Amino acid sequence: MENYMRLEFPSKSQNESLARSVVGVFATQLDLTVEELADIKTAVSEAVTNAIIHGYANTKGTVEIIGRISGNEIAITITDTGSGIPDIDLAMQPLYSGSADEDRSGMGFTVMESFMDTLKVDSEPGKGTSVTMTKRVGVDAYA
Amino acid sequence: MNIRMEAIGTTLVVKPEGEIDQSCAAELRSDIDREIHRCHIKNLILDFGGVTFMDSSGIGLIIGRYKQLKALGGKTIIIRPQPQVDKILELSGLKKLVECG
Repeated sequence: MENYMRLEFPSKSQNESLARSVVGVFATQLDLTVEELADIKTAVSEAVTNAIIHGYANTKGTVEIIGRISGNEIAITITDTGSGIPDIDLAMQPLYSGSADEDRSGMGFTVMESFMDTLKVDSEPGKGTSVTMTKRVGVDAYA
Repeated sequence: MNIRMEAIGTTLVVKPEGEIDQSCAAELRSDIDREIHRCHIKNLILDFGGVTFMDSSGIGLIIGRYKQLKALGGKTIIIRPQPQVDKILELSGLKKLVECG
């Protein structure tokens, strides 16, 4: 199966649930398990939260999500045109948080990496960040 | 997100219902912290039976409360996590810090 979707919304935290719901419904076009669906929704929630609270920390902007289904694989790209990440390796370390808020766990990228098959982060300070994640579904269903 | 809280002695039972993400974490945190201070709470029971989704914003929220109560000699316990919530609790390593059942 081949299909794609595109969603765009302002960087308001109320839109986190919108984002994971829309991608979740799109993903159900694949024959996936409840757990695989939950993994995808959780990873999307993390990436969108990062875009809103880090990418657009002190400003407002637009978050764009592009989803593609190809065969039994879903690819999701979440893009912001916010502040960008100065040091991607540091940002991706478990428990590192770029936020001063002590209640941020620093687990966002770890969740994305663990719940999806691949994760690619492109970022340029001052230009923005683009996160692409892929997951093949149904692979281990009968393993 | 709805939240019900009940203090029994120095133990606070918190029952959030719905989805926990960054959009509601700050409000949830201030609601819980207010009750912790108002009722001189030492122990926290988080009943997650009604939580249908949680991302790492919830992990940060739990770790913050855990640290606060540990400093007072108290405990944090999580009960009835749904599979999606359980998976993220496991990944975060939080299950090594707090009792979970």
